[in-house]
Amino acid sequence: MPTNELAGNETTADATQSAKGVTWAGSAGGAHGGTSVSLRSLTRTFGATRALDAMSLDIAPGELVALLGPSGCGKTTALRIVAGFEFADAGEVLIDGRDVSGVPASKRDMGMVFQSYSLFPNMSALDNVAFGLRMRKVGSGDRRKRAADLLDMVGLAPQAGQFPHQLSGGQQQRVALARALAIEPRVLLLDEPLSALDAKVRLQLREQIRTLQQRLGTTTLFVTHDQEEALSMADRVGVMRTGRLEQVADPAELYSRPATAFVAEFVGTMNRLPAELGGQPVNGASTVTVLGTTVPAQPGGPDSGPVDALIRPENLTVKAAEDGNGIVTNRTFLGAVTRVAVRLSGDTEVSVDVSSAVALEMAPGTAVEVGLPSAPVLVTSRAG
Amino acid sequence: MAAVTTERTPAPAPAAARPRRRGQAPAWRWVILVIAGLYFLLPLFAALRFAGLKAFGTVFTSPGFVPALWLSVRLAAVTWIVSMALMIPTTVYVHLRMPGMRRLLESVTILPIVIPPVVLIIGVLQVMPLALRASVWMLGLEYVILAMPFAYRALDAGLRSIDVKTLTEASSSLGGGLFTTLWRVLLPNLRTAVLSATILIVAMVLGEFTMASLALKETFPVWIVLFDQLNANISVAASFFALFVTWLFLMLITVIATRQSRRTGGAEVTLFTVAPRETIGN
Repeated sequence: MPTNELAGNETTADATQSAKGVTWAGSAGGAHGGTSVSLRSLTRTFGATRALDAMSLDIAPGELVALLGPSGCGKTTALRIVAGFEFADAGEVLIDGRDVSGVPASKRDMGMVFQSYSLFPNMSALDNVAFGLRMRKVGSGDRRKRAADLLDMVGLAPQAGQFPHQLSGGQQQRVALARALAIEPRVLLLDEPLSALDAKVRLQLREQIRTLQQRLGTTTLFVTHDQEEALSMADRVGVMRTGRLEQVADPAELYSRPATAFVAEFVGTMNRLPAELGGQPVNGASTVTVLGTTVPAQPGGPDSGPVDALIRPENLTVKAAEDGNGIVTNRTFLGAVTRVAVRLSGDTEVSVDVSSAVALEMAPGTAVEVGLPSAPVLVTSRAG
Repeated sequence: MAAVTTERTPAPAPAAARPRRRGQAPAWRWVILVIAGLYFLLPLFAALRFAGLKAFGTVFTSPGFVPALWLSVRLAAVTWIVSMALMIPTTVYVHLRMPGMRRLLESVTILPIVIPPVVLIIGVLQVMPLALRASVWMLGLEYVILAMPFAYRALDAGLRSIDVKTLTEASSSLGGGLFTTLWRVLLPNLRTAVLSATILIVAMVLGEFTMASLALKETFPVWIVLFDQLNANISVAASFFALFVTWLFLMLITVIATRQSRRTGGAEVTLFTVAPRETIGN
């Protein structure tokens, strides 16, 4: 695969071009020097609601960070402040260490892909992609060539002459991606670009975006409410809630060691089991009693009051037992594993993942024994 | 092949492929069409008969015809320019920054229709400086107010058919400044709306009588009424001619706008509304 897709023949990132805000990345692999982004205690209030509450985040050069959270958690506000479409009441955005608060959106060199279809309806796909280059006074020949290269890169070379209304939603978003990348942005901003698309197209585009991003090495901030999207695409995921980052970590850590109950329950499936804080610490760690078994608790939990233990379905064990502590209520076949729903005494429902072969003997109504993992469990104050 | 793609590109669906049933129009449609046609065409026929074909030959050489028509055309041009210069930035700004104000603006712009032109012109004539009162351009400024409801509604409909906010932000993230965004991104997509506004403004100015006559300016409609007292035949022929020219003009604009919007998949063109297009599938 040729490595100079983006660079075309303009491999000189000379000073005059840089001064105009144009930086052609021409090095092998098309990789950027890489731009770091820092959000420093961003605060933004809309009326009485605090959309962002002293939010801080550092994105390393070339990294893809996803902001994940329920709607209204402030993730889009954060992205729009980076883009220059919104302004923070307090705090600053640093791009390569420089505060860009006073720089208008049009001078920030950020490629953005929007949630809604944002192609200019009066321009062909090619002209859409070339628009940013035109704004940068790139000559018409170079402009067309580079735009064509980019359309080719997103697999839409044959559609270059078509107008947005002739393209499908997925194609439109790919043109929008090519358009955002055409200006060789310092930072790529993706504002739920896949949420308007149907499931299959979404999956393909997800991979395509990630592949391109890694190849070009463009620092990327990606906003989504879809945890699967965030976990599968991002180097690191920041989970947001009411204007604050609850945890920023790589997907594996986020899943296996959630820092808070909110993160634990927002990412993946989580069981909530009533528990009791234990007496003596074991090896310095406190203990907790769940389902009659005492296990170590993860540090950082509450040390008094009513608590729940949070345990993932795959970390619980279940086996058929005449005098067990629960009864199977439902089975959902998921392929290799089957998710078994068990009602425990005390009316607690838990989900347990077991291998599908084992699940065969667990028809609804079967008495079972649910067991705990030996690893420390996450403990949280009992929900109201 | 450098393309990193797995998605096959389906052939684009033909835009607006609506099933059309031809030759199945029930009889009552024709009845309505004929009645409506008669209602509109009979007066025209009567006018044509009254004027006589000879009158058409002498219309253009009648005293005052050319200056009056020329004045009306100039007024239409001035009204159009001032209206567009005022209303395009205003409507765009309201859509972008103060969407909550749209309702209010809608009611404000409708005032010139509610307030009789007599009231408007008399009041203005009272307070206007003499120099301006004597000038024909004063009438152009008055017409801008009269044209406001039409201009606003047409532009508002056009802006509602596109996603102004997203398009503006997309343009600005790509480096487009305010003016560039308006000129290269918004206006081309408002072409239909601007044309609608143009049609309505021109038709209004070419037909306005009350204000012009009260301001003692001999515009085309005023001339027709005055000349009617000298030679009714020629006067009727002139108004017939005006009707024909206006109609021709409207048709021309509609045809141009339709062709343009077919090419880019823009909004459907009718004189008063701009219907948003739909995006095909995913």
